[in-house]
Amino acid sequence: MDFNLTDEQRMLQDTVARMIREQYDFESRMKLLEEPAGYSKEIWSQFADLGLLGIPFSEESGGFGGGGVELMLVMQEFGRGLVVEPYLPTVVLAGGLIESLGSDAQKEALLEPLIGGELVMSFAHGEPQSRYDLSHVETKAEKSGDGYRLTGRKAVVLNGDSADKLVVSARVSGDVTDSDGIALFVVDANAEGVTRRGYQTVDGLRAAEIILDGVQVGADGVLGEPGKAFPAIEQVVGRGIAALCAEAVGAMEAACGWTLEYLNQRKQFGVPIGKFQALQHRMVDMQMHTEQARSMAILAASRLEEDYELRERTLSAAKALIGQAGRFVSEQAIQLHGGIGMTWEYAVAHYAKRLVMIDHVLGDTDQHIERYVALTDNQAEGEAAGAPLAANA
Amino acid sequence: MDIHYTPEEQAFRDEVRTFLKNKLPEDIATKVKAGKHLGKEEMVRWQKILNEQGWLAQSWPVEYGGTGWTPVQKHIFDEESSKAGAPGVVPFGVSMVAPVIIKFGTEAQKEYYLPRILNQDDWWCQGYSEPGAGSDLAGLKTRAVREGDHYVVNGQKTWTTLGQYANMIFCLVRTDPEAKKQEGISFLLIDMSTPGITVRPIYTIEGGHEVNEVFFEDVKVPVENLVGEENKGWTCAKYLLTHERTGIAGVGMAKEALSKLKSIAWDQKKNGRPLMEDPLFRNRVAQVEIDLMAMEMTNLRVLAAAKEGGAPGAESSMLKIKGTEVRQEIYDLMRRAVGPYAIPFLPEFFDAEAGEGPEVGPEYAPPLAGRYFNNRKLSIYGGSNEIQKNIISKMILGL
Repeated sequence: MDFNLTDEQRMLQDTVARMIREQYDFESRMKLLEEPAGYSKEIWSQFADLGLLGIPFSEESGGFGGGGVELMLVMQEFGRGLVVEPYLPTVVLAGGLIESLGSDAQKEALLEPLIGGELVMSFAHGEPQSRYDLSHVETKAEKSGDGYRLTGRKAVVLNGDSADKLVVSARVSGDVTDSDGIALFVVDANAEGVTRRGYQTVDGLRAAEIILDGVQVGADGVLGEPGKAFPAIEQVVGRGIAALCAEAVGAMEAACGWTLEYLNQRKQFGVPIGKFQALQHRMVDMQMHTEQARSMAILAASRLEEDYELRERTLSAAKALIGQAGRFVSEQAIQLHGGIGMTWEYAVAHYAKRLVMIDHVLGDTDQHIERYVALTDNQAEGEAAGAPLAANA
Repeated sequence: MDIHYTPEEQAFRDEVRTFLKNKLPEDIATKVKAGKHLGKEEMVRWQKILNEQGWLAQSWPVEYGGTGWTPVQKHIFDEESSKAGAPGVVPFGVSMVAPVIIKFGTEAQKEYYLPRILNQDDWWCQGYSEPGAGSDLAGLKTRAVREGDHYVVNGQKTWTTLGQYANMIFCLVRTDPEAKKQEGISFLLIDMSTPGITVRPIYTIEGGHEVNEVFFEDVKVPVENLVGEENKGWTCAKYLLTHERTGIAGVGMAKEALSKLKSIAWDQKKNGRPLMEDPLFRNRVAQVEIDLMAMEMTNLRVLAAAKEGGAPGAESSMLKIKGTEVRQEIYDLMRRAVGPYAIPFLPEFFDAEAGEGPEVGPEYAPPLAGRYFNNRKLSIYGGSNEIQKNIISKMILGL
């Protein structure tokens, strides 16, 4: 067991940290929100130049061959900077699915430009009625020529408003919530029959409602074996969960940092408010939640390659704890700042919004506690509690 | 970064398991698992077995008989011992006074006391708290006046855990009443059989006798029993508090308690179904299980950092707070799990011989309410959790 980063990991961390520190201060970040796509194309191509867009992809796909820890290091820095560029939807989710299910030709056609920063994608999976259920897919895919016709509606598709291409899930067979029968398709975002309504999210990102009205997809747009996509979706979403957990830890660190600074600087009754014990203890609680969250982010990142049950249980545990910790840190950061923490112009408000919204992405605390329980009950009871933390796979 | 156990660490776990399987007396393990009280003889017996194995003094320097274990090894030992039903090592001698003697004691003190601690010749207890000095420990008033080659000690100590078994007590005493609070304190080793010492039991909320009051009336203590310099006892006290405390989070105990909680909740029925299938109760169990999972990782991270020469003391405050909160939550759920059978008060159960079951309710039920109340102590002792937050606030956050 070793908690030290390797030299390469440390270099990666330093590189991203430096970039965020130098180019992603709060004022700059707020300006980026006004860009047409809601983020900076220029920064996106800098990510590409630094190799960040290739982090989770294997070397044969043209990537960096990074694992969960590398992803964690990048996302943590992104969390600190409240980065709005679409790393999660493009690289982790859509890119992850292409690498997992795509043919050699698809990987070549899509991953190369994606890693190079020229192709931005989204994963159009959630639907108005699906909430956090990954197997709930009403959108239909009907055989048509040598391809399929897609009809349905996708909800709150992150970065869906400006993505060049979408990975769309649709059902080829089975009932609405069956995990069997789901297929994935690569769809050009401007294809005939695609209607998008883009909007900003509460935390400053972009998303879209997408209507698919008989969208024709050729055989070359089918990802993997139609009907068998669910395990890949679950696994890639798992990586997304680990990424969000790490991002949340970065955002919590920043929120704690801002709050601590404020406690030292703001004076009331003639002394810095950090002299008051009630506030000191609240600050300690924030710090402790952040450390517990960090532990879970590390655990999540470290178990992405484990067997199904251990991996998914850990991811659900992590997302559940981090949802709670994020909310605690957000609320207390605002509270300890008082009125100023409520203002749009102050960074803490935006960290708070991101942290709370992270709990709404890829399953919230309640969803994941329920899932954790379901996965735990599959194991021999007692063993789960007494088992060593990190047995070798 | 790699959170997997190395092959060496796995092998160590096997070694610990084998040792426990072969050497942990069954009668002791049965009592521990049933939640019964252990007597002095049982605790001493187990500590002698550990000592024979060379595993008693886990945190001492190797040259004094320590194990030289890494934090991960200690964690593994802790986890496996709790799981097997081994009693925790009574900390006052081996984990508390010994590191102070090693750090500040004279050669003569080391030569005399350290082997006696390992061999179980002495049972130590702690003379820190006083009726007027709890969280504000430096406000202690027990007075030691130098008279020739002796100190004469007068005063009162309290919350002296297992003092009823002890033949030795280490005490913080005031040797200079004129000096500023922390500066007039000395660290004395006192033989409990010295005339003038009286031990009185304090019965705690659940009816048990763990803690005591100790009274000192003109107690003569040889000058050579002073550890470190006179009036520098606070340095020893602080060292003791910040000395690496691997077990402070109580991860092994918490895991064992959680596993017990689950087995109880599978056995208990609600509407004809196992309580464990009740969504509300199940949710509470899952919450604490996840919290514990995170804490175990936090514990390992903090200890690993401390080993690398990183921060020592203040981070252990965090482990203390989180560890005690998690354990208190588990004990609370255990009590709630048995429903009405939490109610009967059966003090005889604790001292009954292992295997002799009570007739009231399921055999696991009688200790649960008492254990819940007894463990309210966790967030009070060793520096209350509020004091720990003060420490974090000052030492880590700089507030």
